[in-house]
Amino acid sequence: MNGYVYYPGCSLKSNSKHYEESILPVFKEIGLPLEELDDWNCCGATAYFSVDDGMAAAICGRNLSIAEKLSKDIVAPCAGCFLTLKKSNKFLLGGSEKARRILSALEKSGCAYHGGVEVKHPLQILTSDGRLEKIKAKTVRPLSGLKVACYYGCQLVRPFTDFDDPDYPMSLDRLMAAVGAEPVEYSAKTRCCGGSLTGTIEEVGLRLNYILLKEAKRRGADVISTICPLCQFNLEILQDKMIKKYKDEVKMPVLYFSQIVGLALGIPKEDLGFARSIIDLRPLWKKIDKGGRK
Amino acid sequence: MEIVRKVKYEEELDTAFVDLIKTMSGDNEIDHCIQCGTCSSSCPMSVYMDFPPRKIIAMVKNGFKEEALRSFTIWLCPSCYTCQVRCPAKIKITDVMYALKRVAIQEGVYPARFSIPVLDREMSRLIASNGRNSELRLILRLYLKSKKPLALLKMAPLGLKLMKTGRMSLKKERIKNKKQLRTLLDALKEGA
Repeated sequence: MNGYVYYPGCSLKSNSKHYEESILPVFKEIGLPLEELDDWNCCGATAYFSVDDGMAAAICGRNLSIAEKLSKDIVAPCAGCFLTLKKSNKFLLGGSEKARRILSALEKSGCAYHGGVEVKHPLQILTSDGRLEKIKAKTVRPLSGLKVACYYGCQLVRPFTDFDDPDYPMSLDRLMAAVGAEPVEYSAKTRCCGGSLTGTIEEVGLRLNYILLKEAKRRGADVISTICPLCQFNLEILQDKMIKKYKDEVKMPVLYFSQIVGLALGIPKEDLGFARSIIDLRPLWKKIDKGGRK
Repeated sequence: MEIVRKVKYEEELDTAFVDLIKTMSGDNEIDHCIQCGTCSSSCPMSVYMDFPPRKIIAMVKNGFKEEALRSFTIWLCPSCYTCQVRCPAKIKITDVMYALKRVAIQEGVYPARFSIPVLDREMSRLIASNGRNSELRLILRLYLKSKKPLALLKMAPLGLKLMKTGRMSLKKERIKNKKQLRTLLDALKEGA
């Protein structure tokens, strides 16, 4: 396919606007400006697959079909969208009776899909095909001294393991190092944040996220760098409750990796959605401003 | 003390259940489970589960249909796929959990008013009719249908923070071509 088209999904248009606000300028800066997929529909996430997997794959097929008409591959920043679209893509091309039925329904409704689209995560794109070196060269504001816990969560690296290791991936660590930051050893990097559990059974969600924050603190991180809206949301919004419940001062900024990269590339911080952080970022700015300029 | 028998005799088991789950999940390896427990020890949720994943797999394999479908385990699975990538027998454990959720919803045997299946159903409904999820609507439906309206009030401070940072959309999200989505889902229903 010829270039990429951007699939936002529901989160990047609501609670994770700062992900969109940072990923788009970063891609522009490295020479891959992104257009939004026209009239995209929600991927269905884990919910639709729990109710009806045929319908779930079909609605993903509609998105794939729109991208195919443009001859573009999809870039999906939300790890949930990334996995759901990728999984459906694989299923639709698997040749099963059920897949054939869905493909025929897609055709009947004017969104035929022939299997020509690849689904990629922006981290994958930024760390392959020589782009890591390009980012390193373009770094005008190296984030030296900034200790980063790189958190991958679950669905970016599992169950498909074709882009990084499912247990101890390193692509985000390499990207953070490329912009001058210092990735810390973070053994919880692919431990699940619980996804929507924070909204359904808060107590459990609280504990899962506390484990992740505590480990980042213990490793001396100044900030957690995330690649998924649900992880970012869970890790950030529950901090006050965690501090109260576990009597442990685990407060820490949780930023999108694209915000951190954007900063290093010299994009003004006002244009990277930092104002949407619920956690006070002033201690972080102090630390970053101490870092040098190239 | 009442004597309770948890193990079943052969004639009480649903021996066709494992085949149904194989078809629905796309897993073909479940028969090869060696009960090593790698799944249970890898699972971030197993401490909260009534049956850890290892037991669920054994239950499916051996026809304990009711017990598997009524368990909290299947809903607590956040589909992080850790068990699935680590399973030495290459069983698609997460996909088996998904299949169990679907059967439980079809047969209406999930725990009453339990918030997780409610969320799954409400989100799917929103997407099927509008093509997009609207977060605020989803949250409202979740709390009303799982009969926890009071808990909603406790969410207010968080809601305010999100609103202040422009991270909560109040509008009803929808796609332009809703007709196409309708045709697609109808065509699929007909073909089924």
